[in-house]
Amino acid sequence: MDETFLSVRDLHVEIPTRRGVVHPIDGVSFDLGEGETLGLVGESGCGKSMTLRAILGLLPRGARVTTGEILFRGRDLLSLSKSELRDVRGRSIGIIFQEPMTALNPVMPVGDQIAEGPVAHLGYPRQGGRERALDLMRQVGIPDPDRRFAAFPHELSGGMRQRVMIAIALSCEPDLILCDEPTTALDVTIQDQILKLLLQLQDSTGMGVIYVTHDLAVVAQMCRRVAVMYAAQIVETGPVESVFVEPTHPYTLGLLRAVPHFDKVKDVLDSIPGIPPELIDPPSGCRFRPRCRFAEEDCAAGAFPLIPLAGDHATACRHWTSCRDSVLADPVIAQNAIPSLDGLPSARRGE
Amino acid sequence: MVQARTPAIAWRPEERVIGRGPRRRSPSLIAGSAILAILLAMAVFAPLLSRYGPIPQDTSHALLHPSRQHLLGTDQLGRDVWVRLLYGARIDLVIGFLAVLLPFVIGSTLGCLAGYFGGWTDTLTMRAVDVILAFPFFVLVIAIVFVLGPGTTSIFIALAVTDWVSYAWIVRAEILAAKRQEYVLAAQALGYSRKRIILRHLLPNVITQAIVYAMSDIVFAILAIVGLGYLGLGVPPPTPEWGSMIADGQQFITTNWQLATIPGIAVVVTGLALSLLGDGLADLLRPE
Repeated sequence: MDETFLSVRDLHVEIPTRRGVVHPIDGVSFDLGEGETLGLVGESGCGKSMTLRAILGLLPRGARVTTGEILFRGRDLLSLSKSELRDVRGRSIGIIFQEPMTALNPVMPVGDQIAEGPVAHLGYPRQGGRERALDLMRQVGIPDPDRRFAAFPHELSGGMRQRVMIAIALSCEPDLILCDEPTTALDVTIQDQILKLLLQLQDSTGMGVIYVTHDLAVVAQMCRRVAVMYAAQIVETGPVESVFVEPTHPYTLGLLRAVPHFDKVKDVLDSIPGIPPELIDPPSGCRFRPRCRFAEEDCAAGAFPLIPLAGDHATACRHWTSCRDSVLADPVIAQNAIPSLDGLPSARRGE
Repeated sequence: MVQARTPAIAWRPEERVIGRGPRRRSPSLIAGSAILAILLAMAVFAPLLSRYGPIPQDTSHALLHPSRQHLLGTDQLGRDVWVRLLYGARIDLVIGFLAVLLPFVIGSTLGCLAGYFGGWTDTLTMRAVDVILAFPFFVLVIAIVFVLGPGTTSIFIALAVTDWVSYAWIVRAEILAAKRQEYVLAAQALGYSRKRIILRHLLPNVITQAIVYAMSDIVFAILAIVGLGYLGLGVPPPTPEWGSMIADGQQFITTNWQLATIPGIAVVVTGLALSLLGDGLADLLRPE
């Protein structure tokens, strides 16, 4: 099969508002290989979650895709009919939401919610769906599934609820799982358990994962490749080791510098000055220019497509060399700070 | 597939109650259902609890005061008031429940569709609601029953025509709020059909409000039936019915006060029981 597993090509989404047209996704392109994990990072409102919703054809009311294509195994998801799309959703592409308390139906026992996909999509009989659900609950590490089957979401802890969410996403054995900040609402120990579970499941099923988050540490742990979004556009993409150790876009550098470290306790945390631009009327030229300390005069105009660099790395910054020089002078992450790849399942290593 | 390692997780004790086990039952639920159970038992076992028939007249024993033979005395036609009260419960409770069932079903269905689909479905439904709400409820019911002629069927039709608006209103509002919830987006993301989303995901979340309202609505329905009976538009005589008992009894209020008062108390007790039950159900049906 030579076609790419998932290929988003020059995606544009617009939302007409009273104050003008907002472009929450403005020319986003990325590829995902079979069984690969892509991290999508950026500030709130930069278009990460919107990208996931566009893939599933579930944009909020009023929003629409103007141009671009989303090729999933060679099929353009944007051209599918409603019923074809329903068949892809849940069955080929699963999604895990950030807050399992609100994403689970509060008045339906969790077991029934897990069994619903197989019953609705795969034609399981009632009892078969129940068996399948119990199986999945075991798989995602829910203890005593026979008893938990009849539990309502509010009777479970946050970590258990997210496990239920994962079981639902897995229930029809999708090829691709979209994760919309699945651990943001959890405390760190539970987050660690959930991340390990996801890695393990990915390893055993070989599914592709798009992992949306604003937590760079999670990306480092989960993903082989990362795409950094800023103001509705992807500004840098590449292998995690390369992007995090040698960022070539000032925004990525700013994000990395803003991460607090245990070993380097400072009085004042680094931050990126300014606020993200309004997407109704973004700055001309490079959108990061007003907040960028490397900005030069030619940054104020023109288009900023991704420039391919060595090693599958790409950046939207014209002056990426100054960014790299700054990193060389003052490394963001010690070379050995990226977790060693030895302890992780092969899906993470990707080779 | 590999089994995920199950991390040791300490379950908080309050989480041990799982599933459809006993949940908190409020005192109002217990009181309400107890009173209602007694009323229903009285209605069901009316023949066993009465020494006389509710309809045969015995004018030689008219207007007797309470005694051993006649627990609550007799009315102007010599019929035992206790017996008529029991048989009246059959009529009033059954009609009360049935009269609410139809509006409940019609209103919830229309409210559901209007809320979920919006657009012209919503506009059409809500304009119809406005038209009916423009009339005072009881006046509209009386007018319809008057046109159709007194009787049980007329009462059902009148209540179905006027009362569905409350349910449509409640369910629509609930659906509008519920369909913005993330679990609906999640259901869409899982590729479920609209029918499945409405019936399996939205309806169970919103219908509790309508059920709770239905409890207090039965009180209204019974009051409407009693009111119509009092006006002579209800169940035709000689069928025992609380409203007509009150109407018939009031002319003897100075000599035989119990004739009008006792059925009145029955109405109040029934209303109280249903209100308590409604409150209790509201607590019980909301999982959070």
